[in-house]
Amino acid sequence: MLYVKNLLKVKILDTKDEKKETEKSCSDSSLCCGPQSREELAPPCCAPLPVDNEIEITPVSPVLNFNDHLGVVKARLNIGRMNYKLAPGLYAVGTPGSDSPVLVSANYKMSFDYLRRELKNINAWLLVLDTKGINVWCDAGKGTFGTDEIIRQIKNTNLDKIVNHRKLIVPQLGAPGVAAHLVKKAAGFKVIYGPVRAADLPAFLQSGMKAAEEMRKVRFNIYDRLILLPVELLIALKYVIFTSAVFFLLAGLNKTGYSFGFTLTSGSKSVIFLLTAFFSGTVIAPLLLPFIPGRAFALKGFFAGLAAFFLIFQYFSGFSSSGIINIISWVLIISSVSSFFTMNFTGASTYTSLSGVKKEMRIAVPLQIIGFAVGSILWMIARFLY
Amino acid sequence: MLGLKYLKNVSTLKLEENRCNGCGMCAVVCPHNVFAIEDKKAVIKDIDLCMECGACELNCPTEAIAVKSGVGCAAAVISSAVKGAGGSCDCGYDSDDSKASGCC
Repeated sequence: MLYVKNLLKVKILDTKDEKKETEKSCSDSSLCCGPQSREELAPPCCAPLPVDNEIEITPVSPVLNFNDHLGVVKARLNIGRMNYKLAPGLYAVGTPGSDSPVLVSANYKMSFDYLRRELKNINAWLLVLDTKGINVWCDAGKGTFGTDEIIRQIKNTNLDKIVNHRKLIVPQLGAPGVAAHLVKKAAGFKVIYGPVRAADLPAFLQSGMKAAEEMRKVRFNIYDRLILLPVELLIALKYVIFTSAVFFLLAGLNKTGYSFGFTLTSGSKSVIFLLTAFFSGTVIAPLLLPFIPGRAFALKGFFAGLAAFFLIFQYFSGFSSSGIINIISWVLIISSVSSFFTMNFTGASTYTSLSGVKKEMRIAVPLQIIGFAVGSILWMIARFLY
Repeated sequence: MLGLKYLKNVSTLKLEENRCNGCGMCAVVCPHNVFAIEDKKAVIKDIDLCMECGACELNCPTEAIAVKSGVGCAAAVISSAVKGAGGSCDCGYDSDDSKASGCC
């Protein structure tokens, strides 16, 4: 945990009126708004909390340790990814004072870590919103990283007593949830949208909070796509294992009954073909995304599946020695499965719109279902022909 | 971004020019550089780059922009069709089947 140790005491700027209020609303001041207990507290108790003119702020390091790195690896592998979070509230990087900038972040720990590691030699306040452990962009889409939560955390942390300026630096990808003019109206803080990537923050701060055009654009380069693959792959894997098992067992069927020899030979090949389709849709197509023809993801996945089919089928079965029905069945199965998984990569991509996804799905999903169904039936028929 | 352009003519983004006060917030918040400010008015440079995130609409102080915002995620569309939910990006934290969706 980040908490408990070495709490930073920060003098608050003006406490006179607040103190009375605190005494009124909180019978037990020790319970009040401690960062760990905030979750359980009823809202009235989370009003201003000054005790002895000081507020306790948790200092954090701009250097990630082994556990932080391990956490990133685990989250990228979908291990505990949905519960990788820290307590919302105010944190300090370096030795911030009342003039220091305030950076807003989500309480997904990876978001927070990626932010603080860029702040070496920078003194800043980090205002962490309660986003249920989800990253800024996904959460802004849901509205949890949003106007109301920013206003709530400004009040909870007594931010207006800690800094003498009235500016918040919000990551630009938080903008789908934040109405800058409404934050200003309700809490008096001006929202300044910072760069898309935390790595650009030092340059942004140095240039007087001006973001160059490049800092404002979302990218989706091969590395961005690569690090997203494991989660996508692991989520899809269980369906593939199930389908593979079904094909493996059914492969023993033939006109003489059931043959375990066929299960092993034909069944293993079927599993290889299905894994090829899966790999093509979840790895090859996403990685080669810009180089595959078509705009719709389903179409890109279809092409990748088609190419994968020709490569792998020739190697394991051979076109000359296979019946036409068997060949057709695998063209249909591999291309439709690949198409489906690539279509699901729209959720991980940074540039697909809901209208566009709905449009491609209206056409692609029926074709994928027909392709897979007809392919499977033909594959079954082929069992009894040869 | 070489070759990374999504479907043409699908975005629901609309800009009502006579309501625009030229503040430029839309151009600031847009992650795909869809807007430009010309002669103190916002203009849509390339609507096909729009991913309907809704940041421009929410940050427009004069309500000059309208877009049917949502998340372009096939898994979310499927899960909302199956469960009959609203069609938002279900990243899974508020439901039991927390790893069901491949989204985000």
